[in-house]
Amino acid sequence: MNAPEPFLGVTEHTPVRHHILSVLVENKAGVLSRVAGLFARRGFNIYSLAVAPAESSAKFSRITMVVDAETTPLEQIVEQLDKLVNVVAITDIAPKDAVERELLLATIRTEVNSRTPLSDVVANSGAAIVDVDAHSITVMLAGTPKACDLLEAQLEEFDTIELHRTGRVAVPRLGTSASA
Amino acid sequence: MQLTGAQALIKSLETEGVEVVFGLPGGAILPVYDPIIDSSIRHILVRHEQGAGHMAEGYALATGKPGVAIVTSGPGATNIVTPIANAYMDSTPLVVITGQVASGSIGTDAFQECDITGITQGITKHNFLIRSAHDIPRAVAAAFYIATTGRPGPVLVDLPKDIAQSTMEWWYPSSVEELDLPGYRPLVDLDLERIAEAAELIAASERPVLYVGGGTLKSRASAQLLAFAERTGIPVVTTLMARGAFPDSHRQHLGMPGMHGMYAAVTAMQKADLLISLGARFDDRVTGKIPAFAPLAKIIHVDIDKAEFNKVRRVDVAVRSSIDRALEALDATGVVAQDLEVWWKEIDTWRETYPLVYDESDDEKLLRPQLVVESIYKASAPGTIVSSGVGQHQMWASQFWGFEEPGTWINSGGAGTMGFGVPAAIGAKVGRPDRTVWCIDGDGCFQMTAQELVTARSEGIPVKIAILNNAYLGMVRQWQEMFYEERYSEVYLDADLPDYVKWAESMGCVGLRARTVAEMHEAIRIANDINDVPVVIDFRTDSSEKVFPMVAAGASNDDIMVHPSQREK
Repeated sequence: MNAPEPFLGVTEHTPVRHHILSVLVENKAGVLSRVAGLFARRGFNIYSLAVAPAESSAKFSRITMVVDAETTPLEQIVEQLDKLVNVVAITDIAPKDAVERELLLATIRTEVNSRTPLSDVVANSGAAIVDVDAHSITVMLAGTPKACDLLEAQLEEFDTIELHRTGRVAVPRLGTSASA
Repeated sequence: MQLTGAQALIKSLETEGVEVVFGLPGGAILPVYDPIIDSSIRHILVRHEQGAGHMAEGYALATGKPGVAIVTSGPGATNIVTPIANAYMDSTPLVVITGQVASGSIGTDAFQECDITGITQGITKHNFLIRSAHDIPRAVAAAFYIATTGRPGPVLVDLPKDIAQSTMEWWYPSSVEELDLPGYRPLVDLDLERIAEAAELIAASERPVLYVGGGTLKSRASAQLLAFAERTGIPVVTTLMARGAFPDSHRQHLGMPGMHGMYAAVTAMQKADLLISLGARFDDRVTGKIPAFAPLAKIIHVDIDKAEFNKVRRVDVAVRSSIDRALEALDATGVVAQDLEVWWKEIDTWRETYPLVYDESDDEKLLRPQLVVESIYKASAPGTIVSSGVGQHQMWASQFWGFEEPGTWINSGGAGTMGFGVPAAIGAKVGRPDRTVWCIDGDGCFQMTAQELVTARSEGIPVKIAILNNAYLGMVRQWQEMFYEERYSEVYLDADLPDYVKWAESMGCVGLRARTVAEMHEAIRIANDINDVPVVIDFRTDSSEKVFPMVAAGASNDDIMVHPSQREK
């Protein structure tokens, strides 16, 4: 690996040569399995994956996946994906051309009288407290993967019970998308 | 018109022009077998579902039409997984119908249930699990459309029993739009700019080679290939999957490249300054060690499947197109290469120095397998179709048979499926009853699928099987001899067990045995004279014979090993 190319949204678990593929698929049973199976049998790596109904029609879903373009040429990943009959369109978004967001939810054990440090972290990171009880607080951040990384790092000082991230979704910045 | 799902399935197959299906009934597919009685479609009852799949492949390879197989759920479906994988590797158009347990039982581990769409996801071009009887025509039409367009391949349709039994109002899709395949776009416009770039590379080349792969046969481009090759004078090699795409007797044909390819074909590719790849995929059996493959060559890669570009080898010009259209467009440019006289002189020297050879037969010893293949070839009518299993006999068949036209070589290339030969020969004979069909088989392969000769006899399909019986799993033995210090591990089979003649006779075939050259010629003559029942000949061949030339696995094609008698040159 040579000099890493700088871009927004580096996460700890993501090496520098990742790419975001926004994949429009038919909303049919087993389609996610076909996509995941293709990656498994061809030895392609997926870092994160998010699926939801697509904007245009109930017939389609959108899979946003972060793939490793270091171990396999991106061209091979895109072309093999494109051969799946249920895959309708693939948009390859270079990280620098992407607007990316991710959701983080974390539940932290904390007693009522000692919540100030956590409240500060939450306030400074732009997160929100979404659930509270006597012994814990649940915080949420919807932000860039980098902001989620930062918050995750800061929460290490606390007694975190659970922390989940959704994996990112992304749209191309206007005028920068390339379709396959 | 109200039909049951089962009737709709059969009517859909009829609508697609299916003339013959290969299959074996069972519980979940039972409803489908009832309307078969009343159908115009010929059903061939196999003895094992793997046989149905390979027969459908043999039929497809011999006719160019899609092969169709029908099997039941569970073990019926898993038994046809090998042919599906084989067809996927060799891009053979296949439609496989599997029965499935009733919709309500799916996911409950019901009797003879298995997730066949899940199992075959990675080895089909696409598959369908039908959810309602109304969808049957669309699924069948889509299956044929997908199997036969673009890069062909196998498509599986899984039909739950309750859906086969339910009723629907008959309809059939009348256009591609009605197939509802928004993600499948096999047809592309030929990019003439790419053709112009390819023509520029050809015009500049001094040592070009036409590297012809199976895609040339799939797109029926033999006539265009012949025209282009003859007009430009460029040398031609045909891969194992492309044998018959260009006449072996043609002066410009250097033969098969690759691991057991002709010396001149392998070496011409190594020394070429331009490879024009036509529906080939730079398979490891052709390239040898990839970094050392054709190091001086620029690459023009013509393929209908754009995922093949840059997969193994960086290409200089990628032309996404069927081979026939690309060749027509290239020919229309009128392009010619540089003067090829020097190139041809070099090539002719390789051809003269290292032709295919084998030691002469000697009646004190067992038969030379190469002589058996050559003798059958010489004794058989032009246009005879040959199938093979996988191993030494397959390589000798490819080397010593002369292929002159498409559809005459039926073999398992990418998957290397032992046992392919007998059922594939039967399927080919069903598709081309006018042709003589020989199967060059090995004793190991024969034992895997020989039961289908019962099918052949009972259905009146007179194929001819030549077993090159060397009592070994020969190709493995060859590798153990050459690379494992002659430590033979689990490769001995015994020439007399089973008794192949008795076995053939018990299956209603004529069984013959040949140990000497005279017996060999006589057996071949008898076999060629029999046209009503299958014939099996047990040729006793020399197990010490090895396939040459050979490039060891992982070695550079520069390190090709020729026949021992040629090594001092």
